[in-house]
Amino acid sequence: MHDFKQAAHDNLTNTHLRQTLRKSTRTSLLKRSQVVQELGEDTWQQLRRRAHQIKKETIAHLDEYLEQLEAHLTEQGVQVFWAETAAEANDYIIQLAKREGASFVVKSKSMTTEEIDLNPALQAAGINPIETDLGEYIVQLAGERPSHITAPALHKSREDIARLFQEKLGIDYTDNPQELTKIARQKLRQKFLTAKIGVSGVNFAIAENGTLVVIENEANARLCMTLPDVHVAVMGIEKVIPKLEHLPTFLRLLPRSATGQKFTSYVSLIRGAQSSGKAVHLVLLDNGRSEMLADPRFHQALYCIRCGACLNTCPVYQRVGGHTYGWVYPGPIGAILTPKYQGLTQGKDLPFASSLCGSCTDICPVQIDLHHLLLWLRQAVVSSGSDRHLIEAVAMKFWTITMISPLLYRLASRLVRWLPQRAFHYIPGWTETRDFPSPAPKTFREIWNESLK
Amino acid sequence: MKIALFVPCIVDQFYPHVAVSAVRILRRLGHEVVFPVEQTCCGQPAFNSGYHAEARRVAKRLVKVFSGADSIVSVSGSCTTMVTCFYPKWLMDPALAGDVRHIASHMYEFSDFLVNQLQTVDVGARFPHKVTYHDACHGLRELRIKSEPRQLLAAVRELELVEMDNAEECCGFGGTFAVKFTEISTAMGNDKITGVCATGADYLTAGDSSCLMHLNGLLKRQNIPIQTIHYAEILANQ
Ligand code: SF4
Repeated sequence: MHDFKQAAHDNLTNTHLRQTLRKSTRTSLLKRSQVVQELGEDTWQQLRRRAHQIKKETIAHLDEYLEQLEAHLTEQGVQVFWAETAAEANDYIIQLAKREGASFVVKSKSMTTEEIDLNPALQAAGINPIETDLGEYIVQLAGERPSHITAPALHKSREDIARLFQEKLGIDYTDNPQELTKIARQKLRQKFLTAKIGVSGVNFAIAENGTLVVIENEANARLCMTLPDVHVAVMGIEKVIPKLEHLPTFLRLLPRSATGQKFTSYVSLIRGAQSSGKAVHLVLLDNGRSEMLADPRFHQALYCIRCGACLNTCPVYQRVGGHTYGWVYPGPIGAILTPKYQGLTQGKDLPFASSLCGSCTDICPVQIDLHHLLLWLRQAVVSSGSDRHLIEAVAMKFWTITMISPLLYRLASRLVRWLPQRAFHYIPGWTETRDFPSPAPKTFREIWNESLK
Repeated sequence: MKIALFVPCIVDQFYPHVAVSAVRILRRLGHEVVFPVEQTCCGQPAFNSGYHAEARRVAKRLVKVFSGADSIVSVSGSCTTMVTCFYPKWLMDPALAGDVRHIASHMYEFSDFLVNQLQTVDVGARFPHKVTYHDACHGLRELRIKSEPRQLLAAVRELELVEMDNAEECCGFGGTFAVKFTEISTAMGNDKITGVCATGADYLTAGDSSCLMHLNGLLKRQNIPIQTIHYAEILANQ
């Protein structure tokens, strides 16, 4: 099983990685706060409230909106496939690729396809997935997974990328971003032109008219969706929004939160198959979402628009990086989604690996109560018994007995003061890096009784 | 005004002078201060660790102890948060509902109480040092306390208040997080300290003794000669 603490240790002791993470997350946060300031704090808060309301309404009637969406898509000739599990979604895409006789597919950035492990599934079926988003391309070249929701290669410095290109593509070393981008584009161009299938994610799907919305900066998603004869879009069922008029709110929130841009370079609105000979498929993925929907406390995690801002602002993410979390979604939202989708045992450390500072909740563009959900998840982990700490459980019992009896509390205070000083020199988990204070000679209540009453 | 003081266990045990300071300041301002001696803890350590049944037993006691008080003041943003933000959402006991609502709406963090309830900014203190203030997370993001302690500190004679650029960033304490994830907690604390050192301050202050305990532990271990002090102690100094 993935060991969070070990992974955190490895990354914390990697100075280069730590500097890269800190620099990238800080830059993102700075850019974000500039564009938010330009918009004005009041407007920003209004947008967040509005987005929250729209999501709340959508999630409360998700079944209806999904049916509407499906009906409109079908009318427009889009094939809709409901996938309950990751395996069903992958199978569908593999069968499609086989029918088309495709030996490879071009892909644009999509966390949902990461979630279902589409790439390994395609590879196992003898189909080569080719990532065309620059960040994803880098990560794929390195044989890694994205470490961030919106910036897949955030853990790599420019020099890291230059060395990777040099090694894997056999080119001369250059760390000029424009040149690196050009090289990747050249490598990908041929693939775009000959691909039979393009796979994309979906940022929003509009129920009232069956429009799929994809936003991006590199135009690679647009190429994936238009050049090949077959376009397969994969989306989690929570990505639906009721109306077109709801879209602008999200288009204002998402790029600002994600990359600190006022607007992304490209916004594609896809309505059905645009030309004859073109086929569009939509895979609607459940994969645990219905269960989340049924949980009154946690269903708000489905409001997430995957902007990645909570990762950037998280003091833990900033220091340990995305790969430490053990599954595709890192940071505060990942610490909720992983235990919820993968099981409490798999993600048992994650809700605890937070100081609950709350900066994620403050930054979230759709106002998900992230840090409080982590708090409730802790209780779920403890009561499910998926993470038994016998000593902790016993200590909690003793603590409770002491705290509900003022007499025992006073007695314990005395006892602690009889201990020799050096008893406080070794507190496991604390004194490895920090001094621990000795108890004050007198407690406040003693001082109160003696001289303050 | 009659004010009931809630003294968190960590203050009671390790930093009693923080609470002594609060008593002195409130009395100096002419108020009556009482300390219900039956109080122990708000239940937060168990609550935050996921032991809600245990936390509930402790929390219920606190509700009973303070149910008759009209103004409750606490020298911890964190413990105040537990009572004012979490009790109403979590302590679902029909028999206690009224009392929970009452104490949740009558408990105040000390700086909030001074500035917003007593409308006092100048408490007549003097502290001839360079000081930087750390925004402890619960105070900042749950109670939205940001300007209050700064206003109070700015009014202290001979005190020079300097801002660090990471004042709002978490110090890495986070309760049991500090011992469960020692390395991450330490990394966060050390970054905080870097920000503190850059200000050239002699004193680091905050509204939560627990954060200060963590930061002081790091400073001492690294022999950095910066003192930590709860802002209430600064305000009591004359
Ligand atoms: S939880 Fe909120 S801040 Fe985090 S990725 Fe989702 S929308 Fe963005």
